[in-house]
Amino acid sequence: MNTSLIWTAFTTILVKEIRRFTRIWVQTLLPPAITMTLYFIIFGNLIGSRIGEMGGFGYMEYIAPGLIMMSVITNSYGNVVSSFFGTKFQHHIEELLVAPVPNWVILAGFVAGGVARGLAVGLIVTLLSLFFTSLQVQHLGITVTTVLLTAILFSLGGFINAIYANSFDDISIVPTFILTPLTYLGGVFYSISLLPGFWHLVSQFNPILYMVNSFRYGLLGVSDIHIGFAFAMILGCIVILASYALHLLKIGKGIRN
Amino acid sequence: MTQALQIDNLRKTYANGFEALKGISLRVEQGDFFALLGPNGAGKSTTLGIVSSLVNPTAGEVKIFGYDLAQQVTEAKLQLGVVPQEFNFNAFEKVEDILITQAGYYGLKRAEAKARSEVYLKKLGLWDKREQPARRLSGGMKRRLMIARALVHQPKLLILDEPTAGVDIELRRSMWEFLCELNAQGTTIILTTHYLEEAESLCRNIAIIDQGEIIENTSMKRLLAQLNTETFLLDLNQELTQLPNLPDYRASLIDPHCLQVEVAKQQGLNELFAQLSQQGVQVVSMRNKANRLEELFVSLVEKNLQSGGRVA
Repeated sequence: MNTSLIWTAFTTILVKEIRRFTRIWVQTLLPPAITMTLYFIIFGNLIGSRIGEMGGFGYMEYIAPGLIMMSVITNSYGNVVSSFFGTKFQHHIEELLVAPVPNWVILAGFVAGGVARGLAVGLIVTLLSLFFTSLQVQHLGITVTTVLLTAILFSLGGFINAIYANSFDDISIVPTFILTPLTYLGGVFYSISLLPGFWHLVSQFNPILYMVNSFRYGLLGVSDIHIGFAFAMILGCIVILASYALHLLKIGKGIRN
Repeated sequence: MTQALQIDNLRKTYANGFEALKGISLRVEQGDFFALLGPNGAGKSTTLGIVSSLVNPTAGEVKIFGYDLAQQVTEAKLQLGVVPQEFNFNAFEKVEDILITQAGYYGLKRAEAKARSEVYLKKLGLWDKREQPARRLSGGMKRRLMIARALVHQPKLLILDEPTAGVDIELRRSMWEFLCELNAQGTTIILTTHYLEEAESLCRNIAIIDQGEIIENTSMKRLLAQLNTETFLLDLNQELTQLPNLPDYRASLIDPHCLQVEVAKQQGLNELFAQLSQQGVQVVSMRNKANRLEELFVSLVEKNLQSGGRVA
């Protein structure tokens, strides 16, 4: 397959994915906007005003990057897991399997779709946050790279979850019981420097901590962890998950007999 | 000349140990209209699934127009269009978008994909429905949509798995006409169906698969020539209370107005009618009890069952 054919196949999957989540915007784009507005009002305005400063910033300003990242993470993951599982469940994955689309293009197409939704929701939440606080971007490159890599990483996670899923229950277990706790404990609402020694150490095994802190560093210029290490961690996870997803596609796990 | 489809020693054993294919080999010539028949669970769907890349083979080789499906995946897949038995499109997508998306998977740019979609939607009578979500189509329209989708990249080999299942007779006949036209234009067609009169009237060559083995692979003419006995139903213009005397034939009364007679190939029908006329039995009309291919199919499958799957 030449480059032009590969590019066309990739953009076809991507456009289809974007069309899917924009067609059902009431389910995909509106809920995170409402949820995050409530977070800003309750945690930022009402409770945050009593908390005072954190990391040298007002509480609202401090949690804004974490809330944006939380939206990116859940929406990238949610888009791919539901879309790919739906494709599998309704058997229209067969449209892709009979066509000359290499596995890596299938993966790239769905991941790009997840990234597109993650970024779209991230942008919506960022714009909403401007009604409550002022965000100054300290390091644009780090900000953009972090959000992009995070969206890629969680889209890959959603893809693998969808491959293993046999029912709709299976696609909600990971987001509910793993993703949400890790996100809440990943330093979205607090600095891990507030934690006692043992929990501080445990937190460092949470990959979301590195993403939230990188993004916060990009926007505010402060971080609980070293940025170079955070990037290495995110990239390493991407390589591992992408390789595993490609392996699953190659053996046809859950999609070929 | 390169064959449209070449299958060599294809085997498939599922994870539960079930051996669906026991090393089948098959050739389909370019331009052929080929029937792949077999009872449920015989291995047809597994064979077509492997050719369509939906099932991983355990062993064996598949070539589509000379391209090895394992080594030259892209080239092999570009030659192939598949119409599956079950609806497998996104029911929430618009009819036209389904075709344009499929064309995109084959590398067709949007403008070309749109033009091709128009051609095939018009050919299959779906152009007026192009803006509708696929879920709103009738069963027959959904079948036609799947045919249009399989043709949008203009494959040289088209596989149709039960394309007329659940389709009314009028639509079935229009689909037959369309497929014949397509075949006349050079597209090789492989058809699986449970309507054996469909296979008999459309296909030139045939393979019958049973218990994971090819038990017959020949031309339709040669296969039908193997039929030694045909069973006819004769509609009578009077009521019979007892069977007429037909010593050379196996006959029975289905009801007082209908006589069933088995006629061997060498016997012919003249003698039967002469004997009936002599006894004053008037026949109003006659018909085959079952389709000729159906009779052969049943006898071959039964023979294979009795011999423990060794009638190759």
